[in-house]
Amino acid sequence: MAGQWTSASGRAPGEGAPRAPAPPFTREHEDFRQVTRSFVERELRPHAQEWEDARWFPNEVFRLLAAHGYLGLKYPEEYGGQGGDYLHDAVFAEELARCGSGGLAAGIGAHTGIATPPIWKFGTEEQKRRFLAPAIRGEKIAALGITEPGAGSDVAGIRTHARRVDGGFVVNGSKTFITNGVRADFVVTAVRTTPEGGHRGLSFLVIEKGMEGFSVSRKLDKLGWHASDTAELAFDDVLVPEENLLGEENRGFYLIMANFQWERLLMALGAVGSMQATLERTLEFARERRAFGRPIGRHQAIRHKLAEMALKLETGRALTYNALRLFAEGHDAVREVTMAKLKTQRDAFEVADAALQIHGGAGYMKEYEIERALRDLRLGPIGGGTDEIMREILGRQLGL
Amino acid sequence: MATAEKVIKPDFGTRKRHFIFTEEHDRLRESIGSFVERELAPHAEEWERETFPNWVFKRMGELGFLGLSYPEEYGGQGGDYYCNIVLAEEMTKANCGGLAMGIAVHTDMATPPIHLFGTEEQKQRYLVPAIKGEKISCLGITEPDAGSDVAGIRTRAVRDGDEYVINGSKTFITNGHRADFIVLVTKTDPDAGYDGFTLFLVDLNTPGVVREKKLEKLGMHASDTALLSFQDVRVPAENVLGEVGKGFYHIMWELQGERLIGAAGCVAGAQRVFDRTLQYALERKAFGREIGHFQVIRHKFAEMATKIESARQMVYATAWRFQNGEYPVREISMAKLHASRVAVEVADECIQIHGGAGYMKEYGVERVWRDMRLNRIGAGTDEIMLEVIGRSYGL
Repeated sequence: MAGQWTSASGRAPGEGAPRAPAPPFTREHEDFRQVTRSFVERELRPHAQEWEDARWFPNEVFRLLAAHGYLGLKYPEEYGGQGGDYLHDAVFAEELARCGSGGLAAGIGAHTGIATPPIWKFGTEEQKRRFLAPAIRGEKIAALGITEPGAGSDVAGIRTHARRVDGGFVVNGSKTFITNGVRADFVVTAVRTTPEGGHRGLSFLVIEKGMEGFSVSRKLDKLGWHASDTAELAFDDVLVPEENLLGEENRGFYLIMANFQWERLLMALGAVGSMQATLERTLEFARERRAFGRPIGRHQAIRHKLAEMALKLETGRALTYNALRLFAEGHDAVREVTMAKLKTQRDAFEVADAALQIHGGAGYMKEYEIERALRDLRLGPIGGGTDEIMREILGRQLGL
Repeated sequence: MATAEKVIKPDFGTRKRHFIFTEEHDRLRESIGSFVERELAPHAEEWERETFPNWVFKRMGELGFLGLSYPEEYGGQGGDYYCNIVLAEEMTKANCGGLAMGIAVHTDMATPPIHLFGTEEQKQRYLVPAIKGEKISCLGITEPDAGSDVAGIRTRAVRDGDEYVINGSKTFITNGHRADFIVLVTKTDPDAGYDGFTLFLVDLNTPGVVREKKLEKLGMHASDTALLSFQDVRVPAENVLGEVGKGFYHIMWELQGERLIGAAGCVAGAQRVFDRTLQYALERKAFGREIGHFQVIRHKFAEMATKIESARQMVYATAWRFQNGEYPVREISMAKLHASRVAVEVADECIQIHGGAGYMKEYGVERVWRDMRLNRIGAGTDEIMLEVIGRSYGL
């Protein structure tokens, strides 16, 4: 318990004591956070509006990030990575939320967070040289292809088919909602490699731009995430060589499940970063904007609304950081990660909605960027596994 | 810490203990838990009818449970703050909210100010016997006309030579009927604003102390709740606790620990009713299968589990700061607000899942709901927590 009372000032023990970094983060991570925050503020945020309007951010962004080491934070130095740990990537994910463009964060996250980790975890040495190393250098852009027009949440329903032929596979089918799909140099693609359905018989192939029969059939327009490119991909008798098989044949489902944990954690971290940024901005607005003779934040209804926002932020942070800690320590953290994803995605949307309400008419205007945040965050309860899927996972873990 | 291999192949066999706890806490948890289940829980029904008996304090004192984080020199166990969290969590196994509250008032509300602000002599006279369970304590803040607005209290203490004369009344005082002494918040200087408050240690057998009504409540039936009146009660000046004029700040400090412990109890209580309801949902059948296997019910459990876990992590993360010597008022308010809301919501949902049975007394779920409902009011209402949080951001 707090130390013996010695002060004559009436101050409580511990009042004004320095705040320690929230575990699992250390001072070193917090220093990295400061550097990352100013990088995002300086290099990305000023372009957010332009890239949103263009419905595209330039590919050079990957080169820029690579030059600063952000694309390989958790990867070993032998592939050009920084040799850090998952916690550095976690800091990056949180801070990236402050760039002001969900689509930009998504494009970067698709590359670093979901498309390249399977290559690192399940790839052969040769695959790591061919795909991971150039991805870390920002020379090749990666995408992950799982969802199909006929199968989203129900991964077992995947129908894109890979038929074994001499020297490799012939792929037929289509993928949709693929982030970075238009620009990707390679797509880590889930395909069915056995005739029977279900979880068994899924495999992963790295399908590369320029392979005959592989095309982008549509660039999709969206409610939010405007700066990201989202594609529908078509595979028409694409011949994929044997050496592009990632991991074991017919064991792809496990790869998907392993990948989901980190993807969901990144989403939870992004939501925490977003809630933090939204709260800060809205607090600033509520202190400055006056109505009925005082700053609006001094009206109790607004003060409490902001307190509710802060509550969602900090409870989400506590839940997410604990899931992150367990994950990084090597525990099975499916339960905790699923909970963090479920809670934070909904909360981040609600926090942005409350922020819009507090901003009033200004919040509804494009220039305040809150309507954008709200549109961007609406994807949270859908992407990476819907809220309903999260509840299924949790319920089934309970034996229900 | 996070090597690739570890993350690729998570260890499904590990114990996912939270980082604030050690093996020692695990053993303490087992020890308290089995005591509560063996010696307290069997009496819950009876105590709900007639409040719990004083021997519980004596017995818990013997076992060392009333002084877990106090120094050994006063008879405590010399543990850390997390030990108190463990106690609050394990007490929920009694299925008797009023009992847990009565104990918590003694261990985490009335005695911490004596330990922190008290003189050596006060510690010997009050803290030592309290840790033994020989003296029972209570805390007097709320008055008939002032609850959340602590600064509005009117109980007056006026200096008269070597003594103070106290007049006023306190209400909703847990343990008020059984307590041997009270940590009493008074106003000593009505013109000094927040600097006009002083705490006193008052023996409740002092002439002029009247234990008025025993108050009937929605829940927490096993606890005794008193309306106390102080009529020209003369207390020696050496019974001032802490500094004259600093009582408001002292009590604000006290409230932090009270809220955090309350929050820990809420989480554990919610988990307990959740577990029981899960069991029920796996047994009770409707339309040809266990009700838990209907998606709507399954998702209710998923939502509840997520709420409980978020509250638990908030409490633990905040307890870590508290133990490390920070004064995290904002986070404590958040933990308290969130955990008490979650507990009430979970209890309500558990009644719903039980259906008609949940509404019946014998299943004990309605009791949890009634008991939990207090937590959104006691130790600072939801609305006060939101005020504290909002003001912490300069609003």
